[in-house]
Amino acid sequence: MSPLRRFLRTPEAVAGAILLAALIAMALSASLLFPGDPQAIAGPPLLPPFQDWSLPLGTDRLGRDVLAELFHGARTSLAVGLAAAAAALVVGAVVGTLAGFAGGLVDEVLMRITDAFQTVPSFLLALAFVSVVGPSLGIVVIAIALGTWTGPARIARAEVLSIRERDYVAGARVIGMHPLAIAFREVLPNALPPVLAMSSVIVAAAILTEAALSFLGLGDPNRVTWGGMIAEGRTVLRTAPFLSIVPGIALVLTVLGVYLAGEGIVETTAVRRGLS
Amino acid sequence: MSLLAVSNLTKRYRRGGKSITAVDDVSFHVDPGETLALAGPSGSGKSTIARLVLRLIEPDAGRIEFEGSDFLALSGATLRARRARLQMVFQDPLAAFNPRATVAHVLDDPLRIHDIASRAERPRRIAALLERVGLTADLAPRAIHEISGGQRQRVAIARAIATKPSLIVLDEAVSALDVSVRREILDLLLDLQHQEKIAYLLISHDLGVIRSVAHRIVLLDAGRIAESGNTRAVIDAPQSAIGKALLAAAPRLNRTAQDPT
Repeated sequence: MSPLRRFLRTPEAVAGAILLAALIAMALSASLLFPGDPQAIAGPPLLPPFQDWSLPLGTDRLGRDVLAELFHGARTSLAVGLAAAAAALVVGAVVGTLAGFAGGLVDEVLMRITDAFQTVPSFLLALAFVSVVGPSLGIVVIAIALGTWTGPARIARAEVLSIRERDYVAGARVIGMHPLAIAFREVLPNALPPVLAMSSVIVAAAILTEAALSFLGLGDPNRVTWGGMIAEGRTVLRTAPFLSIVPGIALVLTVLGVYLAGEGIVETTAVRRGLS
Repeated sequence: MSLLAVSNLTKRYRRGGKSITAVDDVSFHVDPGETLALAGPSGSGKSTIARLVLRLIEPDAGRIEFEGSDFLALSGATLRARRARLQMVFQDPLAAFNPRATVAHVLDDPLRIHDIASRAERPRRIAALLERVGLTADLAPRAIHEISGGQRQRVAIARAIATKPSLIVLDEAVSALDVSVRREILDLLLDLQHQEKIAYLLISHDLGVIRSVAHRIVLLDAGRIAESGNTRAVIDAPQSAIGKALLAAAPRLNRTAQDPT
């Protein structure tokens, strides 16, 4: 059975893939369906959802279109989540590979640095970093990656420690390959699968961290974010709860979708490796 | 002058506070174009010696002279360059290659690293190497895990001869193979030795294999040399206890199974 068909036979994975596809569609179509500034005033303030069909999800305190904000917010969530996770995976894999392959002093130094990062709660680290450097999309991505690269680094190192004793690594040394080429061309690609298996958890956590930062007012002020929308709605929570509920639901479904789809991919590839 | 001269080689390991001497004051030499067998039971230190000679691990004491210069004094880029002359074939041909590699990729690496052929010329060189070890050039794009064990060991030999070495260490190189395939691989190795004047350091516990290809033999026991000499002489009339034990343990065709009682 092909991996795709096995993937499609897992209901959770399919649900995750549909949610993820919807999110990607929202992010991609945001500027087509809602051209112009989503933060511009579009109607009367605090219009409840399903009243005016030109503004289906109503408006917020300032009269901004909630649906337009939701679509543009999907863009930020997805961009930050993917970029932060990619940065964390790349840095983690490189640090873990160098530590595991070099061993000795290099390993000690790199792993103590990893320990230091791991002892600080990652959200606190992100919070401190953004408040010092200033909120912008790039800084938020770096701040989140700063707290999440340690997990991939530890897993990559453990995997490299077992791979570096294999005969093919000795074989690469015998033919005179440079140690860095051995580490990154022979060892790293074979150490990647368990590291990549973590990626869905990391993307989901990154999206949540970004939302939390925005909720605390440390997101990029020039972009609509779901966390920021929830924070905005909080002031009118009693009179207009939908302003917090709508982006909250979007956030929950996104994280769930990323997680389920990721698990589905890991599951199908694991089965394939088990069979061969 | 000998091609490889090993003198007073010693390697100790630490295991739980205790020091174990894996290789104890071992000296031997290999002449150009000859085959020297290192034989002995498991744990006698023969594979450790192979790894020491290849500088995959470092000795605690001793000298290794290769092609007239101190091999242990080399490091970094000079060591990597000299490795072209000293190659190895591993026991398990599946474990010896990156699981993601193709046959072409495996043979491309040594040609690229040692600047033996230009990028444009390499596919032709790879085809020639495959033909030299009795394979066809259409095997090049195949993945390593797709081909048979015998074909894989031929690819390993092709990789070892790609850099035109003067010495190849064969670490149990035929032990994992089928009996019929084993004979073919041994014939290929003998043919290569005859044509290219390559010397072999053959690590094996199989006296049958040793007898058919090795000129001289060094018998090891617990990291020390127990006996050495001309292969025929040693195998026909071993003097040491370990030599007698190894010979007694070797299965022979003229000995038939006892009837079940």
